[in-house]
Amino acid sequence: MKETLLLTKHMRENPQDSHLIDIYEKNNGYNAARKVLKENNPGEVIEEIKDSNIRGRGGAGFPTGVKWGFLAEDQERYLVINGDESEPGTFKDRILLERDPHQLIEGIIVTSFASNISKAFIYIRGEYAKPARRVQDAVEQAYEKGYLGKNIFNSGKDLDVVVHLGAGAYICGEETALLNSLEGRRGEPRLKPPYFPAVKGLYNKPTLVNNVETISSVPWIINNSGKDYSKLGVEGSTGTRIFSLSGHVNNPGNFEIEMGCSFGEFIDTFGKGIKDNKSVKAYIPGGASAPWFTGSQLDIKMTIDDVADAGSMLGSGAVVVMDEDTNLVLAAKSIVSFFAHESCGQCTPCREGTTWLEMILDRIASGRGRTSDIDLLLDVCDNISPGLAWPPKMTTICPLGPSAVSPITSLMGSFRDEVESLLPKKVLINNE
Amino acid sequence: MSWDPKLIEKANEIIGLYPQKRSALGPLLYLAQEKEGYIDEESVQEISKLIGITEVQVKSVASFYTMYKQEPTGQYLLSVCKSISCEINNSREVINNIKEFTGLANNETDEDNTFTFEEVECIGACGGAPAVQVNYETVEGVTPTKALELCKYLKEEVPKVIVADELQENFGGTKSFDWAIEDNSGTSSTAPGFQIIGTAEEK
Repeated sequence: MKETLLLTKHMRENPQDSHLIDIYEKNNGYNAARKVLKENNPGEVIEEIKDSNIRGRGGAGFPTGVKWGFLAEDQERYLVINGDESEPGTFKDRILLERDPHQLIEGIIVTSFASNISKAFIYIRGEYAKPARRVQDAVEQAYEKGYLGKNIFNSGKDLDVVVHLGAGAYICGEETALLNSLEGRRGEPRLKPPYFPAVKGLYNKPTLVNNVETISSVPWIINNSGKDYSKLGVEGSTGTRIFSLSGHVNNPGNFEIEMGCSFGEFIDTFGKGIKDNKSVKAYIPGGASAPWFTGSQLDIKMTIDDVADAGSMLGSGAVVVMDEDTNLVLAAKSIVSFFAHESCGQCTPCREGTTWLEMILDRIASGRGRTSDIDLLLDVCDNISPGLAWPPKMTTICPLGPSAVSPITSLMGSFRDEVESLLPKKVLINNE
Repeated sequence: MSWDPKLIEKANEIIGLYPQKRSALGPLLYLAQEKEGYIDEESVQEISKLIGITEVQVKSVASFYTMYKQEPTGQYLLSVCKSISCEINNSREVINNIKEFTGLANNETDEDNTFTFEEVECIGACGGAPAVQVNYETVEGVTPTKALELCKYLKEEVPKVIVADELQENFGGTKSFDWAIEDNSGTSSTAPGFQIIGTAEEK
């Protein structure tokens, strides 16, 4: 099993200077942008993207071409690149921003042309200061060459790009929260409907919000074809995908592969196995929001649909491996604490629920757990996401609250004895 | 201190990048952070005037995001990640060592304003866990011992510009991916180093 390099090819072949415009251009860079601006009409570009069957790489997996297709008509429309990558376990957009910023900018040019947009924003999380500096440098180089600004590539089209730095809020990865943040507001997700920013987005104008990896795929699709792209991977999960592998593996990193192999193969081939030859107790298939799989489920295929059928999600493509010695109560506590900290506070079930989950896990971990705590944890979870089903039922504006339920149901589903072993068999003094 | 004409000019330049003034609020808050080490009262007033929103609106946004500091920070902001990949790769011990060296609890600043210490959520360095940021410059694969050396270096050498690559070479280990490109850019304040807000510096 090998990597298939589309998005990470240029950076691999030119490790020292893949971020410079001259090097990017020497390697066929900006030819896709040049071509569409000269030869195509916007409809043709959208058809090409639809043909590729690419689905959004941010986590939700929405078909990109369809999203582009229903951007509402308006004089003023915007493109916003979601580079707020903050799902624990995920660091794939970081490599695209740091090491191949021009590929993203070229994707932005093509996307903006296809959707008749003349202003784009790249929203990058504040903790990615260095990647943001690289992107800003690249944007300035592109302006100097006339690829951004007025009359780009002498096409008569204008396109301005602004790099905007976030300020440390996971929730701004949720597209409507991101738009609020970009408007200079608190990063609170907006009430739906309208369901899509493509109807009412930034400043209430039609807005495309796309992930860094999604838009970075656009130049390859144009240089080759949507059909070629759709031949890679498997039906429903076409093309390549950059998976971030971390946790107890010998060789963590970003690996670009065609979707379809099993998690076990992926972990063995690219992660070079588990540290100290231990076995896998559990792993997270798609970022901290995703329910865990156990070490006996390593044969599940890495596609959006296979993972969904098995009761989790491929999400942001972040695989976190936990070996046999991992204390899963502490692992769950870490994830729950994350969501408690990142809850925006708008919806009661999430704001209160995540905090309660954190407090209960904290007391179990510190040896003060009660036998009733397991039921209490599940009861709080049920109040956040009734029925504890997958995909989760929602009582909140966005999926952050239900995400905090995932580690608890995973823990109770397959590792309940680990929690029980921490609880007193008898409660001597009943404080309740 | 109120903002001098040069800073106001910079602020107006930033405001000009956006179709609506209020979008510049985030970057302007970073200007305040760069200048004072936190979002001070005078900056709130200046920003409110520049953008045309109330002071309460400015504060409401400033207090929402963890990177805008409500209290003065030290020269070096040490942020240690404790999210899942770091948690299972021993970030706990890194945190304990830094706490012991600095004598600080979470979100505290020491008396001579050298260090502010904070435990943070995922900083996107999961392949290089455990990871630490100094003034938002990432160092990956920081062992508990290396964390102590890093603190000692900052305290004794007092570097003006914090550069991720330099810290990585001296105090880092396993990386999320090959950084490859030589880079001497960084920041000299507790605002992230970024050209648009004028905080990016070269060593």
